[in-house]
Amino acid sequence: MTTQSTIPSPRSPYVRRKTTRGNFELYSWVFMRGSGVVLLVLIFGHLWTNLMVGDGVHAIDFGFVGGKWASPFWQIWDLLMLWLAMIHGTNGVRTIVNDYAQRDTTRMVLKGLLYLAFTVVVVLGTLVIFTFEPCPPDAPANLLPSFCPTI
Amino acid sequence: MTAVLENPATESPKPEVGAVPSFEVTLRVRRYNPESEHGEESVWDEFTVTAHGTDRVLDALHKIKWEQDGSLTFRRSCAHGVCGSDAMRINGRNRLACKTLLKDVNPDKPITVEPIKGLPVVKDLVVDMEPFFASYREIMPFLITSGNEPTRERLQSAADRERFDDTTKCILCAACTSSCPVFWNDGQYFGPAAIVNAHRFIFDSRDEGGTQRLEILNDKEGVWRCRTTFNCTEACPRGIEVTKAIQEVKRAMITRAF
Repeated sequence: MTTQSTIPSPRSPYVRRKTTRGNFELYSWVFMRGSGVVLLVLIFGHLWTNLMVGDGVHAIDFGFVGGKWASPFWQIWDLLMLWLAMIHGTNGVRTIVNDYAQRDTTRMVLKGLLYLAFTVVVVLGTLVIFTFEPCPPDAPANLLPSFCPTI
Repeated sequence: MTAVLENPATESPKPEVGAVPSFEVTLRVRRYNPESEHGEESVWDEFTVTAHGTDRVLDALHKIKWEQDGSLTFRRSCAHGVCGSDAMRINGRNRLACKTLLKDVNPDKPITVEPIKGLPVVKDLVVDMEPFFASYREIMPFLITSGNEPTRERLQSAADRERFDDTTKCILCAACTSSCPVFWNDGQYFGPAAIVNAHRFIFDSRDEGGTQRLEILNDKEGVWRCRTTFNCTEACPRGIEVTKAIQEVKRAMITRAF
Protein backbone atom coordinates (compact mmCIF):
# COMPACT_ATOMS: atom_id res chain seq x y z
CA MET A 1 0.00 0.00 0.00
CA THR A 2 1.29 3.40 -0.88
CA THR A 3 0.82 6.22 1.50
CA GLN A 4 0.55 9.80 0.41
CA SER A 5 1.74 12.46 2.74
CA THR A 6 0.06 15.24 0.78
CA ILE A 7 -3.09 15.17 -1.26
CA PRO A 8 -2.32 16.33 -4.79
CA SER A 9 -4.05 19.50 -5.81
CA PRO A 10 -7.13 18.92 -7.93
CA ARG A 11 -6.36 22.13 -9.76
CA SER A 12 -4.75 22.08 -13.13
CA PRO A 13 -1.70 24.31 -13.25
CA TYR A 14 -2.99 27.45 -14.87
CA VAL A 15 -0.65 30.34 -14.37
CA ARG A 16 0.77 32.97 -16.64
CA ARG A 17 3.89 31.47 -18.08
CA LYS A 18 6.05 34.55 -18.22
CA THR A 19 5.76 38.29 -18.43
CA THR A 20 6.01 39.52 -21.99
CA ARG A 21 6.14 43.27 -21.49
CA GLY A 22 7.15 45.60 -24.25
CA ASN A 23 5.78 48.08 -26.69
CA PHE A 24 5.46 45.63 -29.59
CA GLU A 25 1.73 45.00 -29.13
CA LEU A 26 1.14 48.71 -28.58
CA TYR A 27 2.83 49.65 -31.87
CA SER A 28 1.07 46.82 -33.66
CA TRP A 29 -2.28 48.06 -32.32
CA VAL A 30 -1.58 51.64 -33.42
CA PHE A 31 -0.25 50.43 -36.77
CA MET A 32 -3.47 48.52 -37.47
CA ARG A 33 -5.52 51.70 -37.02
CA GLY A 34 -3.15 53.93 -38.98
CA SER A 35 -2.56 51.54 -41.85
CA GLY A 36 -6.29 50.85 -42.04
CA VAL A 37 -7.03 54.49 -42.75
CA VAL A 38 -4.17 54.83 -45.26
CA LEU A 39 -5.23 51.62 -47.00
CA LEU A 40 -8.75 52.95 -47.44
CA VAL A 41 -7.34 55.87 -49.46
CA LEU A 42 -4.81 53.74 -51.36
CA ILE A 43 -7.22 50.95 -52.30
CA PHE A 44 -10.12 53.17 -53.32
CA GLY A 45 -7.73 55.44 -55.22
CA HIS A 46 -6.36 52.36 -56.96
CA LEU A 47 -9.83 51.07 -57.81
CA TRP A 48 -10.94 54.49 -59.03
CA THR A 49 -8.00 55.05 -61.41
CA ASN A 50 -8.16 51.49 -62.73
CA LEU A 51 -11.88 51.00 -63.09
CA MET A 52 -13.62 54.37 -63.32
CA VAL A 53 -11.32 56.90 -65.03
CA GLY A 54 -11.24 57.02 -68.84
CA ASP A 55 -12.34 53.80 -70.51
CA GLY A 56 -12.67 52.21 -67.09
CA VAL A 57 -12.32 48.49 -66.74
CA HIS A 58 -12.01 48.00 -70.52
CA ALA A 59 -8.74 49.90 -70.59
CA ILE A 60 -6.90 47.35 -68.46
CA ASP A 61 -4.38 45.38 -70.43
CA PHE A 62 -0.63 44.83 -70.44
CA GLY A 63 -0.04 48.26 -71.86
CA PHE A 64 -2.13 49.94 -69.14
CA VAL A 65 -0.29 48.22 -66.31
CA GLY A 66 3.07 48.73 -68.00
CA GLY A 67 2.31 52.41 -68.44
CA LYS A 68 1.35 52.80 -64.82
CA TRP A 69 4.48 51.13 -63.51
CA ALA A 70 6.69 53.27 -65.69
CA SER A 71 5.82 56.20 -63.45
CA PRO A 72 7.49 56.41 -60.02
CA PHE A 73 4.26 57.78 -58.56
CA TRP A 74 2.34 54.57 -59.24
CA GLN A 75 5.34 52.46 -58.33
CA ILE A 76 5.39 54.00 -54.87
CA TRP A 77 1.59 53.90 -54.62
CA ASP A 78 1.49 50.19 -55.40
CA LEU A 79 4.50 49.43 -53.24
CA LEU A 80 2.89 51.18 -50.26
CA MET A 81 -0.37 49.38 -50.93
CA LEU A 82 1.38 46.01 -51.13
CA TRP A 83 3.42 46.46 -47.98
CA LEU A 84 0.74 48.03 -45.85
CA ALA A 85 -1.88 45.50 -46.91
CA MET A 86 0.47 42.59 -46.30
CA ILE A 87 1.65 43.78 -42.89
CA HIS A 88 -1.90 44.75 -41.89
CA GLY A 89 -3.33 41.43 -43.02
CA THR A 90 -0.53 39.33 -41.58
CA ASN A 91 -0.77 41.09 -38.26
CA GLY A 92 -4.53 40.54 -38.23
CA VAL A 93 -4.18 36.84 -38.93
CA ARG A 94 -1.43 36.64 -36.33
CA THR A 95 -3.84 37.94 -33.68
CA ILE A 96 -6.50 35.50 -34.83
CA VAL A 97 -4.02 32.61 -34.58
CA ASN A 98 -3.04 33.80 -31.10
CA ASP A 99 -6.70 33.92 -30.08
CA TYR A 100 -7.84 30.61 -31.47
CA ALA A 101 -4.90 28.19 -31.59
CA GLN A 102 -4.96 26.30 -28.34
CA ARG A 103 -1.74 24.30 -28.51
CA ASP A 104 1.67 25.92 -28.76
CA THR A 105 2.73 23.69 -31.64
CA THR A 106 -0.40 24.54 -33.67
CA ARG A 107 0.26 28.18 -33.04
CA MET A 108 3.89 27.93 -34.12
CA VAL A 109 3.11 25.98 -37.30
CA LEU A 110 0.31 28.36 -38.33
CA LYS A 111 2.40 31.44 -37.67
CA GLY A 112 5.35 29.92 -39.51
CA LEU A 113 3.21 29.33 -42.59
CA LEU A 114 1.79 32.83 -42.27
CA TYR A 115 5.20 34.50 -42.14
CA LEU A 116 6.43 32.36 -45.04
CA ALA A 117 3.45 33.43 -47.18
CA PHE A 118 4.05 37.03 -46.15
CA THR A 119 7.73 36.92 -47.17
CA VAL A 120 7.05 35.26 -50.51
CA VAL A 121 4.31 37.71 -51.49
CA VAL A 122 6.14 40.84 -50.35
CA VAL A 123 9.48 39.89 -51.95
CA LEU A 124 7.88 38.77 -55.19
CA GLY A 125 5.56 41.79 -55.35
CA THR A 126 8.34 44.28 -54.66
CA LEU A 127 10.53 42.64 -57.26
CA VAL A 128 7.77 42.81 -59.87
CA ILE A 129 7.04 46.49 -59.19
CA PHE A 130 10.68 47.55 -59.59
CA THR A 131 11.92 45.19 -62.30
CA PHE A 132 8.85 45.33 -64.50
CA GLU A 133 9.81 45.67 -68.19
CA PRO A 134 7.08 47.70 -69.91
CA CYS A 135 8.58 47.25 -73.39
CA PRO A 136 9.66 43.64 -73.81
CA PRO A 137 11.42 43.02 -77.10
CA ASP A 138 9.71 40.95 -79.79
CA ALA A 139 6.21 41.85 -78.59
CA PRO A 140 3.48 43.12 -80.92
CA ALA A 141 3.43 46.89 -80.72
CA ASN A 142 -0.34 47.16 -80.30
CA LEU A 143 -0.14 45.46 -76.89
CA LEU A 144 2.55 47.75 -75.50
CA PRO A 145 2.26 51.14 -73.81
CA SER A 146 2.32 54.10 -76.18
CA PHE A 147 5.74 55.35 -75.08
CA CYS A 148 7.56 52.21 -76.19
CA PRO A 149 9.97 52.81 -79.07
CA THR A 150 8.66 51.35 -82.30
CA ILE A 151 11.25 49.24 -84.02
CA MET B 1 -77.73 52.82 -9.77
CA THR B 2 -75.62 50.91 -7.33
CA ALA B 3 -73.06 48.36 -8.37
CA VAL B 4 -73.75 44.85 -7.19
CA LEU B 5 -71.52 41.86 -7.11
CA GLU B 6 -72.80 39.44 -9.73
CA ASN B 7 -72.97 35.73 -8.99
CA PRO B 8 -70.66 35.75 -5.98
CA ALA B 9 -71.18 32.04 -5.37
CA THR B 10 -69.92 30.77 -8.75
CA GLU B 11 -66.46 32.39 -8.51
CA SER B 12 -63.56 30.07 -7.74
CA PRO B 13 -61.87 30.66 -4.40
CA LYS B 14 -59.40 33.49 -4.87
CA PRO B 15 -55.82 33.13 -3.65
CA GLU B 16 -54.95 34.84 -0.45
CA VAL B 17 -54.54 38.56 -0.87
CA GLY B 18 -50.88 39.49 -1.28
CA ALA B 19 -49.79 35.89 -1.87
CA VAL B 20 -46.95 35.43 -4.32
CA PRO B 21 -47.89 33.03 -7.12
CA SER B 22 -45.82 29.88 -7.22
CA PHE B 23 -44.76 27.77 -10.17
CA GLU B 24 -42.72 24.71 -11.02
CA VAL B 25 -39.31 25.33 -12.49
CA THR B 26 -36.71 22.90 -13.82
CA LEU B 27 -33.01 23.56 -13.45
CA ARG B 28 -30.44 21.76 -15.58
CA VAL B 29 -27.27 21.87 -13.56
CA ARG B 30 -23.88 20.88 -14.92
CA ARG B 31 -22.38 18.56 -12.35
CA TYR B 32 -18.73 17.63 -12.01
CA ASN B 33 -17.33 15.40 -9.34
CA PRO B 34 -14.23 13.37 -10.08
CA GLU B 35 -15.01 11.13 -7.09
CA SER B 36 -18.42 10.10 -8.44
CA GLU B 37 -19.11 7.25 -10.85
CA HIS B 38 -18.89 9.74 -13.74
CA GLY B 39 -15.23 10.43 -13.02
CA GLU B 40 -13.71 13.30 -14.94
CA GLU B 41 -16.81 13.77 -17.04
CA SER B 42 -19.36 16.50 -16.37
CA VAL B 43 -23.01 15.50 -16.53
CA TRP B 44 -26.26 17.42 -16.66
CA ASP B 45 -28.66 16.87 -13.76
CA GLU B 46 -32.26 18.05 -13.81
CA PHE B 47 -34.11 19.16 -10.72
CA THR B 48 -37.66 20.44 -10.51
CA VAL B 49 -38.58 22.71 -7.63
CA THR B 50 -41.55 24.84 -6.67
CA ALA B 51 -40.56 28.47 -6.76
CA HIS B 52 -42.24 31.81 -6.22
CA GLY B 53 -42.26 34.83 -8.45
CA THR B 54 -39.89 36.59 -6.10
CA ASP B 55 -37.36 33.75 -6.04
CA ARG B 56 -33.92 34.02 -7.52
CA VAL B 57 -31.87 31.28 -9.13
CA LEU B 58 -29.92 31.06 -5.89
CA ASP B 59 -33.14 30.27 -3.98
CA ALA B 60 -33.88 27.44 -6.39
CA LEU B 61 -30.33 26.11 -5.94
CA HIS B 62 -30.75 26.32 -2.17
CA LYS B 63 -34.01 24.38 -2.41
CA ILE B 64 -32.28 21.69 -4.44
CA LYS B 65 -29.37 21.47 -2.03
CA TRP B 66 -31.49 21.53 1.12
CA GLU B 67 -34.39 19.35 0.00
CA GLN B 68 -33.30 17.16 -2.92
CA ASP B 69 -29.58 16.64 -3.36
CA GLY B 70 -27.23 17.74 -0.62
CA SER B 71 -24.21 16.97 -2.77
CA LEU B 72 -24.87 19.89 -5.12
CA THR B 73 -21.99 22.27 -4.58
CA PHE B 74 -21.87 25.99 -5.27
CA ARG B 75 -20.41 29.11 -3.66
CA ARG B 76 -22.41 31.83 -2.03
CA SER B 77 -21.77 34.07 0.92
CA CYS B 78 -23.89 37.17 1.28
CA ALA B 79 -26.54 36.08 -1.23
CA HIS B 80 -27.34 39.69 -2.02
CA GLY B 81 -25.06 40.64 -4.88
CA VAL B 82 -22.22 42.15 -2.88
CA CYS B 83 -19.69 39.40 -2.14
CA GLY B 84 -19.38 38.13 -5.71
CA SER B 85 -19.21 34.45 -4.80
CA ASP B 86 -21.98 33.01 -6.92
CA ALA B 87 -21.16 34.04 -10.46
CA MET B 88 -22.32 31.26 -12.76
CA ARG B 89 -23.38 30.72 -16.32
CA ILE B 90 -27.18 30.84 -16.28
CA ASN B 91 -28.86 30.13 -19.62
CA GLY B 92 -25.51 30.67 -21.30
CA ARG B 93 -24.82 34.07 -19.76
CA ASN B 94 -22.63 34.91 -16.80
CA ARG B 95 -24.73 36.26 -13.96
CA LEU B 96 -24.87 36.29 -10.21
CA ALA B 97 -27.34 33.60 -9.10
CA CYS B 98 -28.39 35.88 -6.23
CA LYS B 99 -29.29 38.77 -8.53
CA THR B 100 -31.14 36.81 -11.20
CA LEU B 101 -34.87 36.32 -10.68
CA LEU B 102 -36.19 33.01 -11.98
CA LYS B 103 -38.99 34.79 -13.79
CA ASP B 104 -36.41 36.81 -15.77
CA VAL B 105 -34.70 33.76 -17.27
CA ASN B 106 -37.81 32.09 -18.73
CA PRO B 107 -38.88 29.48 -16.16
CA ASP B 108 -41.14 27.81 -18.77
CA LYS B 109 -38.10 26.01 -20.13
CA PRO B 110 -35.39 24.26 -18.12
CA ILE B 111 -32.89 26.83 -16.89
CA THR B 112 -29.30 25.76 -17.50
CA VAL B 113 -26.81 26.46 -14.75
CA GLU B 114 -23.10 25.89 -15.42
CA PRO B 115 -19.87 26.90 -13.75
CA ILE B 116 -18.22 29.99 -15.25
CA LYS B 117 -16.02 29.16 -18.23
CA GLY B 118 -12.27 29.33 -18.57
CA LEU B 119 -11.35 28.50 -14.98
CA PRO B 120 -10.66 24.94 -13.78
CA VAL B 121 -13.75 23.39 -12.18
CA VAL B 122 -13.23 21.95 -8.71
CA LYS B 123 -16.69 20.53 -8.12
CA ASP B 124 -20.10 21.21 -9.68
CA LEU B 125 -20.39 25.00 -9.85
CA VAL B 126 -17.26 25.76 -7.86
CA VAL B 127 -14.26 26.83 -9.92
CA ASP B 128 -10.68 27.50 -8.94
CA MET B 129 -10.42 31.28 -8.78
CA GLU B 130 -6.66 31.30 -8.24
CA PRO B 131 -5.64 32.16 -11.83
CA PHE B 132 -8.16 35.01 -11.70
CA PHE B 133 -6.79 36.38 -8.44
CA ALA B 134 -3.22 35.90 -9.64
CA SER B 135 -3.85 38.39 -12.45
CA TYR B 136 -5.56 40.68 -9.96
CA ARG B 137 -2.53 40.62 -7.66
CA GLU B 138 -0.20 41.28 -10.57
CA ILE B 139 -1.64 44.74 -11.24
CA MET B 140 -0.92 45.74 -7.60
CA PRO B 141 -4.43 46.64 -6.43
CA PHE B 142 -3.36 48.95 -3.61
CA LEU B 143 -2.50 52.61 -3.20
CA ILE B 144 1.08 53.44 -4.12
CA THR B 145 2.46 56.78 -2.91
CA SER B 146 5.78 58.42 -2.22
CA GLY B 147 6.95 60.95 0.32
CA ASN B 148 5.76 61.37 3.86
CA GLU B 149 2.46 60.05 5.09
CA PRO B 150 0.03 62.92 5.54
CA THR B 151 -1.30 63.34 9.04
CA ARG B 152 -4.87 63.35 7.79
CA GLU B 153 -6.85 61.82 4.94
CA ARG B 154 -5.60 62.19 1.39
CA LEU B 155 -8.13 64.66 0.08
CA GLN B 156 -9.49 64.50 -3.43
CA SER B 157 -11.91 66.69 -5.33
CA ALA B 158 -15.30 65.30 -6.30
CA ALA B 159 -14.34 65.55 -9.96
CA ASP B 160 -11.14 63.56 -9.38
CA ARG B 161 -13.14 60.91 -7.56
CA GLU B 162 -15.69 60.80 -10.35
CA ARG B 163 -12.95 59.94 -12.86
CA PHE B 164 -12.64 56.33 -11.65
CA ASP B 165 -15.98 55.95 -9.88
CA ASP B 166 -17.28 53.31 -12.26
CA THR B 167 -14.41 50.91 -11.69
CA THR B 168 -14.60 51.10 -7.90
CA LYS B 169 -17.79 49.05 -8.07
CA CYS B 170 -16.02 45.78 -8.93
CA ILE B 171 -16.78 42.88 -6.58
CA LEU B 172 -14.30 40.44 -8.17
CA CYS B 173 -16.95 37.88 -9.08
CA ALA B 174 -15.06 36.89 -12.28
CA ALA B 175 -18.22 37.13 -14.40
CA CYS B 176 -16.42 39.43 -16.86
CA THR B 177 -13.13 37.57 -17.10
CA SER B 178 -14.86 34.21 -17.55
CA SER B 179 -17.11 35.64 -20.28
CA CYS B 180 -14.13 36.75 -22.36
CA PRO B 181 -13.44 34.55 -25.41
CA VAL B 182 -9.76 35.53 -25.36
CA PHE B 183 -9.49 34.34 -21.75
CA TRP B 184 -11.21 31.04 -22.60
CA ASN B 185 -8.49 30.12 -25.05
CA ASP B 186 -5.42 29.71 -22.89
CA GLY B 187 -6.07 31.74 -19.76
CA GLN B 188 -2.94 33.79 -20.31
CA TYR B 189 -4.80 37.08 -20.84
CA PHE B 190 -4.95 39.30 -17.74
CA GLY B 191 -8.70 39.52 -18.17
CA PRO B 192 -11.16 42.40 -17.83
CA ALA B 193 -11.38 42.28 -14.03
CA ALA B 194 -7.65 42.85 -13.53
CA ILE B 195 -7.69 45.74 -16.00
CA VAL B 196 -10.76 47.29 -14.37
CA ASN B 197 -9.03 47.21 -10.99
CA ALA B 198 -5.86 48.66 -12.50
CA HIS B 199 -8.02 51.42 -14.02
CA ARG B 200 -9.36 52.18 -10.57
CA PHE B 201 -5.84 53.12 -9.41
CA ILE B 202 -4.33 54.43 -12.67
CA PHE B 203 -6.94 57.18 -12.81
CA ASP B 204 -6.90 57.91 -9.08
CA SER B 205 -5.28 61.33 -8.55
CA ARG B 206 -3.88 60.19 -5.16
CA ASP B 207 -2.06 57.19 -6.60
CA GLU B 208 1.49 57.39 -7.95
CA GLY B 209 1.86 53.87 -9.29
CA GLY B 210 0.09 54.55 -12.56
CA THR B 211 3.20 54.23 -14.69
CA GLN B 212 4.10 50.92 -13.08
CA ARG B 213 0.62 49.55 -13.64
CA LEU B 214 0.56 50.68 -17.24
CA GLU B 215 3.93 49.00 -17.67
CA ILE B 216 2.51 45.76 -16.27
CA LEU B 217 -0.54 45.84 -18.53
CA ASN B 218 1.53 46.81 -21.59
CA ASP B 219 2.12 43.10 -21.97
CA LYS B 220 1.54 40.69 -24.82
CA GLU B 221 -1.21 39.29 -22.60
CA GLY B 222 -2.31 42.70 -21.33
CA VAL B 223 -4.82 45.21 -22.65
CA TRP B 224 -3.78 44.63 -26.28
CA ARG B 225 -5.48 41.25 -26.29
CA CYS B 226 -8.85 42.94 -25.78
CA ARG B 227 -10.93 42.55 -28.94
CA THR B 228 -13.76 44.79 -27.69
CA THR B 229 -16.40 42.07 -27.96
CA PHE B 230 -18.24 43.71 -25.03
CA ASN B 231 -18.95 40.31 -23.41
CA CYS B 232 -17.50 41.66 -20.17
CA THR B 233 -19.66 44.79 -20.14
CA GLU B 234 -22.73 42.63 -20.73
CA ALA B 235 -21.78 40.15 -18.04
CA CYS B 236 -20.91 42.60 -15.28
CA PRO B 237 -23.55 42.31 -12.54
CA ARG B 238 -22.52 45.71 -11.22
CA GLY B 239 -23.06 47.46 -14.54
CA ILE B 240 -19.45 48.58 -14.88
CA GLU B 241 -18.59 49.73 -18.40
CA VAL B 242 -15.72 47.28 -18.52
CA THR B 243 -14.82 47.59 -22.19
CA LYS B 244 -14.76 51.37 -21.89
CA ALA B 245 -12.38 51.13 -18.93
CA ILE B 246 -10.07 48.85 -20.93
CA GLN B 247 -10.09 51.33 -23.82
CA GLU B 248 -9.22 54.16 -21.42
CA VAL B 249 -6.23 52.20 -20.19
CA LYS B 250 -5.19 51.60 -23.81
CA ARG B 251 -5.47 55.30 -24.53
CA ALA B 252 -3.37 56.16 -21.49
CA MET B 253 -0.68 53.81 -22.76
CA ILE B 254 -0.71 55.32 -26.24
CA THR B 255 -0.51 58.91 -24.98
CA ARG B 256 2.36 57.79 -22.73
CA ALA B 257 4.25 56.18 -25.62
CA PHE B 258 3.90 59.00 -28.14
